[in-house]
Amino acid sequence: MSPEITPVTTAGAHILARGAVMPARHYLNESGGWKSWLLTTDHKRIGLLYLFSITVFFFLGGLFALAVRLELLTPAGDLMSADMYNRAFTMHGIIMVFFFLIPSIPATLGNFLLPLMLGAKDLAFPRINLLSWYLFIIGGLFAVASLIGGGVDTGWTFYAPYSSMASNSRVLTGAVGVFITGFSSILTGLNFIVTTHRMRAPGMTWMKVPLFVWSHYATSLIFILGTPVVAITILLVAYERVMRVGIFDPSIGGDPVLFQHLFWFYSHPAVYIMVLPGMGVISEVISAFSRKPIFGYSFVAFSSLAIAVIGFLVWGHHMFVAGETPYSALMFSILSYLVAIPSAIKTFNWTATLYKGSISYETPMLYAFGFLGLFLMGGLTGLFVAAIAVDVHVHDTYFVVAHFHYIMVGGTLMAYLGGIHYWWPKITGKLYPEGWAKLSALLVFVGFNLTFFPQFIVGYLGMPRRYHMYPPEFQVWNVLSTAGATILGVGYVFPMVYLAWSWKYGKPAGDNPFNVKGLEWETTSPPPTFNFDRTPVVTDATYSYAPQKEVNVG
Amino acid sequence: MQAGTPLFPVQASTMASRVDNLYFFLIALSAFFTVLIVALVAYFAVKYRRRRVDEIGAPIHGSLALELVWTGIPLILAMVLFVWGASVYFALARPPAETLDIYAVGKQWMWKFQHREGQREINTLHVPANVPVRMIITAEDVLHSLYIPSFRVKMDAIPGRYTQLWFTATRTGEYHVFCAEYCGTNHSGMIGSVYVMEPEQYQAWLGGGGAPQGASLAQTGEQLFTQLACVTCHTGGPTQRGPALNGLLGSTVTLEGGQSVTATPAYVRESILEPMAKVVAGYPPIMPTFQGQVSEEQILALTEYIKSLPAQGGGAHGGAAPAGAPAGTQPAVPDGGTAVPPGSQQPQR
Repeated sequence: MSPEITPVTTAGAHILARGAVMPARHYLNESGGWKSWLLTTDHKRIGLLYLFSITVFFFLGGLFALAVRLELLTPAGDLMSADMYNRAFTMHGIIMVFFFLIPSIPATLGNFLLPLMLGAKDLAFPRINLLSWYLFIIGGLFAVASLIGGGVDTGWTFYAPYSSMASNSRVLTGAVGVFITGFSSILTGLNFIVTTHRMRAPGMTWMKVPLFVWSHYATSLIFILGTPVVAITILLVAYERVMRVGIFDPSIGGDPVLFQHLFWFYSHPAVYIMVLPGMGVISEVISAFSRKPIFGYSFVAFSSLAIAVIGFLVWGHHMFVAGETPYSALMFSILSYLVAIPSAIKTFNWTATLYKGSISYETPMLYAFGFLGLFLMGGLTGLFVAAIAVDVHVHDTYFVVAHFHYIMVGGTLMAYLGGIHYWWPKITGKLYPEGWAKLSALLVFVGFNLTFFPQFIVGYLGMPRRYHMYPPEFQVWNVLSTAGATILGVGYVFPMVYLAWSWKYGKPAGDNPFNVKGLEWETTSPPPTFNFDRTPVVTDATYSYAPQKEVNVG
Repeated sequence: MQAGTPLFPVQASTMASRVDNLYFFLIALSAFFTVLIVALVAYFAVKYRRRRVDEIGAPIHGSLALELVWTGIPLILAMVLFVWGASVYFALARPPAETLDIYAVGKQWMWKFQHREGQREINTLHVPANVPVRMIITAEDVLHSLYIPSFRVKMDAIPGRYTQLWFTATRTGEYHVFCAEYCGTNHSGMIGSVYVMEPEQYQAWLGGGGAPQGASLAQTGEQLFTQLACVTCHTGGPTQRGPALNGLLGSTVTLEGGQSVTATPAYVRESILEPMAKVVAGYPPIMPTFQGQVSEEQILALTEYIKSLPAQGGGAHGGAAPAGAPAGTQPAVPDGGTAVPPGSQQPQR
């Protein structure tokens, strides 16, 4: 293809890292024993504690997804009973949303990278950071307990009055788990906000803060403002269930629609909790693998804040067919269109960043490309469901299921995997195997589309979600979807294996294997316990790749 | 219903094509932007691929003009979508003045449909073609959602409230009706069929095999009115301890304490189940609750009966007269199928 005379090389981390050795002392070998991990206040170790725990939850949630997809292979309810199926999709949702997606990027990569990117020694409140992990684990144990006790069958949305009065499953245990885990989010958000305000290195003005940090700042705002609302809501469900006080159940004087207002007031912003950190990862990765500053830095940064703010005003679009007045439907529809604009701005800026870049195709960049395509489709189908007339038809069908999986899995999970690969050398000091990683990125992309694209079609055809059995004319789309899920599953298992392998057997990465900018790359891989031997002083603009006079730290 | 593997459901109502046109426009718009972005990304990724290990990209930081363009154009397109989506929605949300009313009650795990003429159906629904039909929906236990994909309509059934949807079916045939809001164990079994019939056939069906009991909904309500002893206090006779109910629905009722409310079916329902919630001015608060004694369907029957009472208030009319004699105020469903006495009811959303 290329008529260029210069030898084309796909040089990547492997060439740059040639001859690299592990630093003698770093945060991983500074101390040993289980106490040094379970009582650590090092943000990097806490990030790894989270990484390990959410991977366990991801695996669990994935097993339930597999069970759901297997059941839906045929129209009849032949693999499991209706009650089992209802518990399977509920546990899939609860685990994936509250115990994987919400903590995924912030609690692992965010915890690990925020202080490094800001040139700080740790987060502002290291002990609170550890506390938040313990709260997460306690909440998680409740979720597992509800699972062992038979599971929850309300759907992850806990809609009342089914959840508060009718369901005879382990709603209370599951709800307590979600409640406790919420506090872990609140504490993480608090920590990130204070750290970003107070602990930036000398010279790092707000307009030099990396976009990953900006997006985590916006996420943290939602954490601390939104999470208390869902905590209260869940508490009210538990209260009604135990004390029989009418809050949501109309037979004792409650209002079921009130539940939906309270629930979505948090849970719609929670979608942005899931996707904003992913946007931060993508901004970093695209800039790094184009070796070029991000296009329109301030637009990308402020669009994160705009999403966080407007995202609080759109909850009613989940209730277009819940008896809302046409006039509130109008307001929520127009606000939903407005919240789409900042995402469009980001997408165009990411695309423009590639222009005249020096683009290489290592695994993180492949995930970023995948993210762009899938997030684009997730976002565009958001325009469908914001159009009230179309939403009336597709609400609670597989169209909506496909739409939010394109955002949460196609967006967040692609970004999470891309970010894990990008910073893996920094986290472990080792290189991941590039060939295997590219193969799994491809599998994930293909498997994802095959799983979820048919769901748009079967959704518009009218197949409602949460159906254990379905009319036979929908089968062909469900078979495609299940086939895709199988490929997707393989694509997820590979990284779990080769990343674990590379931790022990991978080649040493060196400080900056991708030869990119950012304070996190100016320390050793893995970093020392307090991140930097000397506090860095920031003089360059963020992402300045152009040859400027080299200003060395110190 | 369709040969091969369809990509969208049959268009069987007047609204279906309007919803689909918007859907197709959205698909075209999405396809355009997807192709645009994917093509740009692919083109840039190939054209500007890294050629030397130490190569760096051009120091471009942004462009205000471009930012304005790609903020402005999506904003304009979004507003077009908003207006289009909202206008079709307003047509969906507002039934015409004259409709054929059918009641739907969701219950774990079945749809119960009640025609005003008395026919009751479970998980099947017969409607005439080319007649605006309004479904008045409630639920007995938990949330459900009445969904007929071929008509592009859906509305939640909410316990304790009345919601509504309407459609005019355009094609005779059998279509799916689903419960779209998760409601427990047999949620996916809460499905059935809508049969769209020619109006004459529908009339025949109404009068024929489908109606074992023969009493209209209002007549059933009238019997209940006597059985439950509502008649003792609400007839307007000398023993009157409660307000007369003639012409109640749609009228404005003044309450104890000076407030006033419009009498909707939801108001009637509340007054039966929670009599103390809104006490009519001038009457003692002595009515007992009928919570647990009447089902949602019986409440609907009572409401229909009250609706059927002649409008002249206060007179000692034949409220407790034998069945079948509501004084000609209950119009038989004419061929056109409009069964609502003008100005009768406006269910609360």
